[in-house]
Amino acid sequence: MSLNWALSLSYSINPDYTYMKSELTWQEFIITRAIKASGYSAIVFVALIFFFLLREGLPTLGEVSFSNLVSTRWYPIEDYFGIVPLITGSLIVTIGAALVAIPFGIGTAIYIAEIAPRWMREILKPLVELLGGLPSVVLGFLGILVFSPWLRVFLDLPTGLTALTGSLLLGGIAVPTVVSVAEDALDTVPRSYREGAWALGATKWQTIWRVTLPAARSGVLTGVMLGVGRAIGETMAVMMVTGNAPVLALSLGSLFSPVRTMTATIAAEMGEVASGSVHYHTLFFIGLVLFLISLAVNVAASAVVFRSKKRAERILS
Amino acid sequence: MKRTPLLTGFLLVLAILSVSCSSRTASQNSPQSSVYIENKGSDTIVNLALAWAEHYQSVHPDVRISVTGGGSGTGIASLINGTVDLANASRQIKSEEIEEAQSKGINPVEHIIARDAIAVIVNPQNPVTQLTLEQISDIYSGKISNWKEVGGEDRPIVRLSRETNSGTHVYFLETVLRLSEDDNKTLFSRDTLLLPSSEGIISEVRHNPNTIGYDGLGYVPHDLRVIAIAETEGKPYILPMISTVNDKSYPIARDLYMYTVGEPTGAIKDYLDWILSSEAQDIVVELGFVPILLYQP
Repeated sequence: MSLNWALSLSYSINPDYTYMKSELTWQEFIITRAIKASGYSAIVFVALIFFFLLREGLPTLGEVSFSNLVSTRWYPIEDYFGIVPLITGSLIVTIGAALVAIPFGIGTAIYIAEIAPRWMREILKPLVELLGGLPSVVLGFLGILVFSPWLRVFLDLPTGLTALTGSLLLGGIAVPTVVSVAEDALDTVPRSYREGAWALGATKWQTIWRVTLPAARSGVLTGVMLGVGRAIGETMAVMMVTGNAPVLALSLGSLFSPVRTMTATIAAEMGEVASGSVHYHTLFFIGLVLFLISLAVNVAASAVVFRSKKRAERILS
Repeated sequence: MKRTPLLTGFLLVLAILSVSCSSRTASQNSPQSSVYIENKGSDTIVNLALAWAEHYQSVHPDVRISVTGGGSGTGIASLINGTVDLANASRQIKSEEIEEAQSKGINPVEHIIARDAIAVIVNPQNPVTQLTLEQISDIYSGKISNWKEVGGEDRPIVRLSRETNSGTHVYFLETVLRLSEDDNKTLFSRDTLLLPSSEGIISEVRHNPNTIGYDGLGYVPHDLRVIAIAETEGKPYILPMISTVNDKSYPIARDLYMYTVGEPTGAIKDYLDWILSSEAQDIVVELGFVPILLYQP
C-alpha cells in the first residue's frame, strides 16, 4: 500500500516517467533512488566538510594576529603560528613530485598504449596498477631506511630527510595514478586518427606527439591532476621522510633541505592538541588552506580541459 | 517474514550492548567488594601509570584503578579538589599549590615513583664524546652548526628532535635549551628536524654521522654513542646511567612523583608500596624511564 503511494508520488514528481508505469517495479524505484541519493551525497559531504572546516578554522583569524599568521616561525607550543613555511613546504614537495610524476607517468602511459607489444602491455598494466595499490606507509619505510641514507651519500647532503626525498617518493606514489588514467585516455583515441597520420607520412613519434597525445589531452590532464592531488594530500610517507623542519622554502634549492608540509603538521599535532584551543583552530585553518589549494588546482584543471574541448569542437565543426 | 533474521540480529546486538553497558557501570560504581582508586595527572607518566594499573589489577582483582592524563597541574588541582586519590606529576608541587591545599585542610604528601633521564646521542663514527649543557643548548638553538666547533670533524650538525607535542620535547626545551632559566626564551633552530617517533630519531642517528639527537634513556639502543654531559665548563662529564641518575650527578634528569592526601592508608598505601617494589620498577625500565633504587641493597 505504502509502496504504491510512494510510487504514485514519484510519478507525480517525474511526469516523464509515467509512460513506463507498468515497467517500473519497486526494485527499480529503490535502485534509482539509491543511485540518486549517493550522487547527491557526494555534494552534501563536500559541503559539510567545507562548513566544518570553516567553523573550526575561521576562529583562528580572530585569535591569532595576522602578522603572526603570515610570519615564518611555526612553533605552536610557544604561540608562534606562522603558516607560510608550511605552505611553501607543501608546494615545493608537490612541485617536485609533479616534475617526477608527469614525465614518467605520461611516458609510461605512451609506452603501454602506443609502443609496447601486446604481451608486454598485458604484464605492464597490472603491474602499474599493483604499484598504485601499495600503502604509502610502506613506501615511507622504504624511504626512511633505504632511500634517504642513499640519497644523503649520493648527493653529499647533511641529511637525507629532505624535500627531494619526499618529492621522489610522492612522485612514485603519483605515477601509477597518472599512468592508469592517461593510458585509458590514449586507448580511447580512435584508430582512424593514427591511420590518418600514418597516411600523411608521419613517423610513429610524430603521430604520438602531434596527433594521439593532443587528442587524448583532456584525459591525460585529468590523470596528471589526480596524481598531483594525490601528492599534495599525501601525509604518512611525507611525514616520515621530509624531516618536518618548518623552514621557509623559496627556491628550488630548498629541495635539498628539510621541509614541513601542511599535511604532516596536521597529522603530527592533531592527536595531542586540546580541543577548542588556538592551536586546534589553527590546524583546522591549515586544513582549510589545503582544501582551497586543492580546489584551485581542480578548478584550473577543469577550466583548461573545458577550453581545449571547446577549441577542439570549433576546429572539428 | 523476510525481515525476521535481521530484526533478531538487531535485537541481539541491542541486548548484548545493554548487558555489557550495565555490567560495566555496575562494576565501576558498586563499592561493596572492590576498592576504587582514581589516578590523574602528568602526561609524561600516564603510560607508566596505565601499565602499573593494568598489572596491579590483574594481581589484585578487587582493586580498580582509573588512570587519566591532563598534565601535572591538572592532577594536583584535582587532588586539592578531592576528586582524585593519587595525582601524578613530573614536577614538584609548587608552594602556591601547597598553600591552596592547606587552606582546604589538605596535606599533600610526595612520593618519588621513578626517574626520567634524557640521553643525548650521536652516531658512533662521530669522535665527539662529551659536551657541556651550554654547548648542547647552542647547538640546538643554531649558534653552533659545525661539529668542529665542539671538537669534532668538519661536518654540518643536523639537529634531531621529537615533535612539539612530546613531553620529552618540552622538558628538553626547558632544561637544556633554556638551561632551566625562567626568563630564557631561546627556541629550537628552525632547521631542527622534528621526527614523529623515537624510532625515527634512532634510525637517523644510526645512519647519519652528522646528527645529534635526544631521547628517553631507556629507549637508546647500545649501538649509538651516548654523550657525557657536564653541567657547566669545568665540572665533570657524566654519562647517564641508573646510578648517575639516582645520585643526581647527571644533569638532564628529573624525578617523577605521585601525591596523596595525607599519609596513604589502606589500598592506596598497598599500591604505592607495590610501585616501589622491584616488580613494578621493572615496568619502569620497560617504558624507558629510570627505576629508583630503593629496592636494591
